[in-house]
Parts: sequence; structure tokens; C-alpha cells
Amino acid sequence: MSAPVAVVPGQPVAIAADVHWVGALDPDLRQFDIILRTANGTSYNAYAVRGSAGVAVIDTVKAEFAADFFARLWACCRPDEIRAIVLNHLEPDHTGALPELLLAAPQARVYLSAAALKMLKGIVKDGVDESRLVVVDEDTRVDLGGRSLRFLYTPYLHWPDTQCTWVEEDGLLFSGDVFGCHFCDARLFNDRVGDFRFSFDYYYQHIMRPFREHVLSALDQIEPLPIRLVAPAHGPVLRDAPLSYVRRYRQLATPQLANEAGEREKTLLVFYISAYGNTARMAQAVRDGAEGVDGVRVSLYDLAGGDAAPFVDLIEEADGLVFGSPTINGDAVKPVWELLSSLTLVKVKGKFGAAFGSYGWSGEAVGLIEDRLRGLKLRVPRPGVKVKLIPTDEELAACTTLGRELAEHLVGRAAPRHIDFTAPGALVA
Amino acid sequence: MPKAQVTFEDIGVTVTVPAGTRLIEVSEKVGAGLTYGCREGECGTCMMKIVSGSEHLAAPSVLEDQVLKDIYAGASNRLACQAQVLGGHVVVRPG
Repeated sequence: MSAPVAVVPGQPVAIAADVHWVGALDPDLRQFDIILRTANGTSYNAYAVRGSAGVAVIDTVKAEFAADFFARLWACCRPDEIRAIVLNHLEPDHTGALPELLLAAPQARVYLSAAALKMLKGIVKDGVDESRLVVVDEDTRVDLGGRSLRFLYTPYLHWPDTQCTWVEEDGLLFSGDVFGCHFCDARLFNDRVGDFRFSFDYYYQHIMRPFREHVLSALDQIEPLPIRLVAPAHGPVLRDAPLSYVRRYRQLATPQLANEAGEREKTLLVFYISAYGNTARMAQAVRDGAEGVDGVRVSLYDLAGGDAAPFVDLIEEADGLVFGSPTINGDAVKPVWELLSSLTLVKVKGKFGAAFGSYGWSGEAVGLIEDRLRGLKLRVPRPGVKVKLIPTDEELAACTTLGRELAEHLVGRAAPRHIDFTAPGALVA
Repeated sequence: MPKAQVTFEDIGVTVTVPAGTRLIEVSEKVGAGLTYGCREGECGTCMMKIVSGSEHLAAPSVLEDQVLKDIYAGASNRLACQAQVLGGHVVVRPG
């Protein structure tokens, strides 16, 4: 006999004493936020927490599911009982019913992070009476009577506004998108639903991984808590062994590939692809130049022989990245763009980057790659090297210099430079 | 022309710029690690640390002050998209 369905239309689901799931199921969704696929739809989890002095509503649902949300919410409380509306995350799939809720419960105050405050006006176009808004910090406590809400400052999981809400008396963590996944199952609880481990990991890899350092910082706050239940904003409610999901996050946020370089070494990865061997020779020269710098371990990869995914794992741990591409029809070639477009999955901000390449008649690839690297928030301290067709010894020496200078940046030994921008038009160019 | 100097400490580059230049106008040109989001002083992405010479920057606007407060910035932090160098020598780095 299969486990009983927990979610039925119009009814809230008790997840703890006087605490109810009042969310909505979206089983037919197959693509979320453009970037995510889901074989099992998703759920938009919202919660109602009752104390002797009133009710707190934690998050809402996507706008199309507002009727489901309100049916469940009004089945467990009256509008005038709501004294707190907590916004753990303002993304529209969690705030779609917020405008209506604000009208239905005009006495309720809204508890949100400072970053969320700035986003709120983009969500509630008619504005919210400022006297209702409470920007929370670690000292904020919302007393519901017999139980209280506190807030963990956990930004960038996965928006600047994100926070977690903690009910200390019951050990309940309302985590927002953290520990969530796109997995819709009307049995709701993790010890009843189907196997959702792949969805859990997939969600982390595509949503949280670019913010790995923020995940680790959040885990430092969450791990010491005496958690009895984790109530995320998507997917199953984690009531059985909730700490195992916290531990899994720690594993996932630990680099996929252990850094093989020593603590005192920096790593520089040189990726290239070459049609006639010219860009390949330039790549080797860049590598040779970088290898001459003590404390830098250099690796060279031909993109013609590898897929993007394992390279992304390498890049996550590297300190510097160099990309070499020929120019074909005015552009860098597709394997380079495939790798560069995959880098939104990991944090590359602040790494050092550079580009080089051979070309036939126009040579746009190097500049386009540099622009992309800057767009990814890398530091690009040295102009790239463009070579028309076959590199001369002098041009290969320029590649060697590029490799050496970038490596010197990695170890903090770059020679100081001075640039004068006061010449007429210099800042415009 | 009144001039000012800015050193981007993370890449070891010093630039000479006309007084009144905003750092956003020059930091990307030299490949410094200051990163930008909205570029309009709202998101706080481009927060930087003023290592020295903060007295040579124009005072923060009400908007910048509020954003710095919202993101729990320290006393030596400014937004690179807003900060305008008026003269002297300012040393900055990301953060």
C-alpha cells in the first residue's frame, strides 16, 4: 500500500503542532526559470505558524496558485489573526500572492531583509505602507505567544534578499530555497515521497553552486542549530533526519575536485582550440611563460578534446584562466563559448583572466573573450595577444610575456604600472 | 586640467585621471577586480574598500549612504559606481 497523500485540495497540512503547510502543488511544470528542468514539477511551499498571540505567514506562492494558497490559509486561520508576514525570498514564485495577502490582512507587519526591502517595490507595484515594514537583523524577534520567530542573515542563497526563519521553541527552520528542490509529490514529507535525491542535488548544482561561499557561510550558522524539521520553499518538507540534508549541502558545497596544488601554489589553466596549429603554438608559449614563475602550476587543455562540464569543475578551483581561440567569421569558436557560457554555474568573480588567438583577417575573438571575462567579473589586467595567421618568434614571445605577467599577478608579483588617462579622449576610447 | 591619481591595489595599476572622474569610468578599462551590477548605485555590487585617500573622494550621496548602510558596509567602503575622485591620490581595492 502506498503512503497516504498528505496534500488534498483546500486543506492545510500540519507539519508540527499549530504549524501548517499552506502552499501549492505544480505537478505539470517541466521547466523552471528557463535554466532548470524538472521531471516531477515543483511545489511552492508557504507556511502558517500559530502562537497564542497570532499567526505568522511565511512566504506565499506563485501568482497562478494564489487560490490554492488562500484556500489552505483561510482553513487554518482568520485574516485578522495574521500579525506577521515573513518574506524569506522575494522571487515571484514565493510572492505571487503577497499583494492580495497584504490587502486581506492589513494589520499584519512584513518582516524582510534590507535587500528585500529594495526589491519589494518591484513586486508590489501599488506600494506598501512603510509603517508595516520591518527590516530584520539577527536581534529581531517576533513573539507569536509561546513561540517566536528569529532570522538568519543568509544572503545570496540565491538572491541578495534571502534569509531563513528559525522557530527556536520547536526546532523549525523555514529555509527559503536552501534545502529545497523541484520535486512535486502530494505525500509532501521526505519520509513519504518518492526518491528525490537527484532533484535535491540538481537544484543545488544549478541554483546554489555559484554562491558556494555564501552557502558555506550560511551552513556555519545553520549547523549548530538543534533542528527538528526543515521546511524549504520548494519540494518535500524534511522532517525525517533533517540534518542529513544539511550535511549533504556541506558535501555539495565542498569543491568537486580537491585542489591538487599546494597551499602556496596558484593554479593557471590555459584553454585553447586551434584550426591550423597557430593558436596551439600561442597556447604553448603562454604556458611556457607562466611556468617560469615560481609558485604557479600551469595546465594546458585543448578544448577540441574535452567537454565543458569537467572543465567547469577545474575552473571553480583555479586562480587564473586563459582562453585561446582563432577568429572564424568574426567570432570566437563555439567550444570556447560553450565553456564560457557554462561558467555561470560556478563562482569566477575575482579570478584573473586573459585571451589570445590567431586570426586570418579580422581577429575579433580575443576582444570578445576579454569582454566576456569582464562580464563574468574576472580581472583582466593584461591586454590579450592577437596574431595574424602564423605567429613569428616575436609574437610567440609576446604570448610568453602574457603568460608570465598573468602568473605574476596570481602570486602578487606583478610589476606596478601607471596609465595616464588625462590625454584628450582617453577615457572615451 | 586638475588631475587625480587612483591606484587599483589588486592589480598594481595606478591611473592618472581628470579630477571629477568616477571610478566606474576607469576601473574596467584597466581590468581591476571591482565589479558592477546595476551601475546606478542601487545594488551595492561594486562596493570597494578605500585603502587610503578617502578624503579625496566626493562625499557620498544620500542614496549611496543608504545603500552602504543596507549592505552593512564598513566606514572605509564606498560604491565604485558613485565615488568621484576630486584630486590627490586614492588607493582602492575590491571588497
